[in-house]
Amino acid sequence: MIRTPLRPLARILDARARGENPDAIERENIRLRGEALRERARTTAEGRLLMMGVLFLAAFVTVGLRMGTLAASTPEEPQLGDSAPAILAQRADITDREGRVLATNLVTHALYAQPPMLVDPVGTADKLVKIFPDLNHDRLVKDFTGARKFVWIKKKISPEQLQAVHDIGDPGLLFGPREMRLYPNGSVAAHVLGGARFGAEGVNSAEIVGVAGVEKAFDGWLRDPANKGAPLQLSIDLTVQAALEEVLDGGMKLMDAKGASAVLMDVHTGEIVAMASLPDFDPNDRPAPLTKGDASDSPLFNRAVQGVYELGSTFKIFAVAQALELGLVNPTTMIPSQSPMIFGRFRIHDFHNYGPQLSVTDVIVESSNVGTARIVQMIGPERQKDFLGKMGFLAPTSVELSEAPTGRPILPAKWSEISSMTIGYGHGLSASPLHLAAAYSTIANGGRRVEPTLVHDPRHQEGERVLSEATAKRALAMMRAVVTRGTASFGDVRGYQVAGKTGSADKVKPTGGYYKDKVMATFAGTFPVTDPKYVLILSLDEASTFVAGENRRTAGWTAVPVAAEVIRRVAPLLGLRPEGNTPDVLDGIQLVVAKAGSH
Amino acid sequence: MTEMVFGTVPVRAGEPVLPRWWRTIDKWALSAILMLFGVGMLLGLAASVPLAEKNGLEPFYYVKRQAFFGSLGIIAMLLISMLSPTQVRRIGVIGFFFAFLAILALPVIGTDFGKGAVRWISFGFASVQPSEFLKPGFVIIAAWFMAAAHEVAGPPGRLYSFLLTVFIVVLLALQPDFGQASLVLFSWMVMYFIAGAPIFLLTGIAGLTAAGGLFAYNMSEHFARRINGFLSTEIDPRTQIGYATNAIQEGGFFGVGVGEGTVKWSLPDAHTDFIIAVAAEEYGLILVMIIIALYAIVVVRSLLRLMRERDPFTRLAGSGLACAFGVQALINMGVAVRLLPAKGMTLPFVSYGGSSVIASGIALGFLLALTRTRPQGELSDILARRK
Repeated sequence: MIRTPLRPLARILDARARGENPDAIERENIRLRGEALRERARTTAEGRLLMMGVLFLAAFVTVGLRMGTLAASTPEEPQLGDSAPAILAQRADITDREGRVLATNLVTHALYAQPPMLVDPVGTADKLVKIFPDLNHDRLVKDFTGARKFVWIKKKISPEQLQAVHDIGDPGLLFGPREMRLYPNGSVAAHVLGGARFGAEGVNSAEIVGVAGVEKAFDGWLRDPANKGAPLQLSIDLTVQAALEEVLDGGMKLMDAKGASAVLMDVHTGEIVAMASLPDFDPNDRPAPLTKGDASDSPLFNRAVQGVYELGSTFKIFAVAQALELGLVNPTTMIPSQSPMIFGRFRIHDFHNYGPQLSVTDVIVESSNVGTARIVQMIGPERQKDFLGKMGFLAPTSVELSEAPTGRPILPAKWSEISSMTIGYGHGLSASPLHLAAAYSTIANGGRRVEPTLVHDPRHQEGERVLSEATAKRALAMMRAVVTRGTASFGDVRGYQVAGKTGSADKVKPTGGYYKDKVMATFAGTFPVTDPKYVLILSLDEASTFVAGENRRTAGWTAVPVAAEVIRRVAPLLGLRPEGNTPDVLDGIQLVVAKAGSH
Repeated sequence: MTEMVFGTVPVRAGEPVLPRWWRTIDKWALSAILMLFGVGMLLGLAASVPLAEKNGLEPFYYVKRQAFFGSLGIIAMLLISMLSPTQVRRIGVIGFFFAFLAILALPVIGTDFGKGAVRWISFGFASVQPSEFLKPGFVIIAAWFMAAAHEVAGPPGRLYSFLLTVFIVVLLALQPDFGQASLVLFSWMVMYFIAGAPIFLLTGIAGLTAAGGLFAYNMSEHFARRINGFLSTEIDPRTQIGYATNAIQEGGFFGVGVGEGTVKWSLPDAHTDFIIAVAAEEYGLILVMIIIALYAIVVVRSLLRLMRERDPFTRLAGSGLACAFGVQALINMGVAVRLLPAKGMTLPFVSYGGSSVIASGIALGFLLALTRTRPQGELSDILARRK
């Protein structure tokens, strides 16, 4: 834009020549420029004012239209004080595999007060304290006489208490009906069920929220009205579960153990028929979680799923099975077993010295650390890691418990050759008893991977094939030999042909290294060996027993007799017939064996 | 002789004030404003009764109070509307400085009435909210600054007005009173826009405002809760918005009947921020539409009249006042119909509030004074055209 200079030289010179005041020219130019400026501003402003006017008109019209649409719509029924989504009652029941109830709902009442409606606040408080001695009288009086309009007094009351409160007769005391969760079997299967608490609470109903176990894992399903009240059927068998817990509890006390766990699993379907962790609790009245100390000492801790332990010699069968599968050895191959075995700066010891060499079968039967380490050396760390991964040892189990993801196996930082040897005999890799149950099921069912599950489903899992059937059979035969002539000889339950492997793992100190006198004693077994149906994993924590003049801590003395008792009790419940070596003569009396079809 | 040219406004020497006022005032806007006040009184009869009952006063205590303050406001408005633009500027600037000093003194002599923000100065029988009075004064002084920038070699008025705006906005935000702060910022932006702001700068300012809002959202829990309430798709019927929406729906087209509404009993702010909900419930959509139309008349007519205005100060100050008035009404009603997040803002001249109604009267007085018909140099246009 070309602008006239405020003092155009030519005109000023002219004006001077004419004797006029040249400042007048400047003033004239300033005036003209100012006018031009204002004119431009005015034109801009004109357009922009129009724009503002139109915008405002549009905005007013918008508000008007919105008012119109709102006015034309029908109002929703106002829900005073209860705007949250309606609380769904009727949480589905949980049953065992036979349909026996494990968890159900019970109608109960909550007690609350509306202090403005109370006729005699102090007298009512006195009477309430008589009915509920745990209430604080002063607190109650303060709540009733203060500014509060609503006071919860009790979340659950019994019918007798309901009647007693009703008899007080104060109109300000009100009852809120609701359902509570009830576990009629008490502590049976406590860790599987977990527990529930009240979630959102209204006056007319309260939401039940699962806090642990299957209650939490299936919380959405249990609440889903689309299921139309169908119960959640678990794979647990209530009778077997009860028997298992009873024997385990007795065994734990007898063997002076501080904790115990057991898993009984169907080898084909992966169904967990019974699972226990001791000490346990009553899900009707869950204890508070520990605020300090080790969470694994709490009764809430599920040792079978959450607890990861070095499971010791029970792992040896995996090394041997893999070596058999790879064709590196056969059951009669002789393995050097001189103890101690020196590898670099490490020494591997055996419980006894088993001489210069052992057959592969005897490595398992005698539970030789050195022999297993030699076999693992043949396999190598990569193949071992791969195999244990296929067995499920590298990830948490996928069982349907909210705690399952916390049962994450602890793996060595570096899967070196020496780690692979120690893992071969069960040290350096920590896994849960449930991991072990799934892996033993793979051997027992002829080599297919199974995922442990708590939901009843009788179909066989056709999982990935990890071992050939021939290998699985040979491994089973070795485990049978462990029971007939090896470390688990107390486990030979007559009629049920138990096969298995013991493991007595020195417990890891939290500060590093191993305790000399604390052992996790485990028996991992399957029965009947001719056609395995079930796997039982039973662990006793820090068990010891004084037998034959010695304090014994090895699994053969502690876990195996308890496991044998479990099998003796539960096998008939599971519908297994005793077979095989039924003696014809017992204590000198000729037994009459009934033939099928005859009397 | 030149006064006989067609289309010019006759200016008669020695004409008395009142006839000239009546001849030049925007009668449409004036009537709309008076009607708005009438509607406000009508609604006050319904909406302020629950408050009076709650405070143990006679039912129409607040109506009478509002009538008193409203009359003061209307008298102030009429008197001010008789002033010339120069007088408006003088009074506005003086008023601005008083209000400004009062705001600065708030931390010392102010009170918060237990509402969490120090906004009021209490005199016992009545209380004053200085920020209400600051707004019209601020518009006047900012317009004066900007108009000065229209002169050749004039002062950098836009910069001055901007600095002043920032200072006041910060001051108000510290109270905290984000509503008034955003109104001040908005009226400045309108004036700057009218004064010929470069477009890219406007976009930048819009961006900064968004950033400021984000900051407020993150820093103030009070603010964040309101925004969250707006963004959630479901209306919680226990919130103010929920009650307001329900009231509008209950009212329908013709209302539930005078005095039959229920929303005023549930809403704590029924007589101020949500008075439109009371109007919608008791008198229906019809009254709401009338109210909207009245506001639209005041704002749009003023803006259109200002389009012809040649004096930059009058144009800017007038548009700033009109837009602040209009946007306040828009925000109030937009909140009630949930077009905007909940922000406590009164419906000017309709809501209950002594400070509010007197300050609105003053602001509208300024606006009416500035939109009066004046000779606009049409004569020179005609002469220039003839050349």
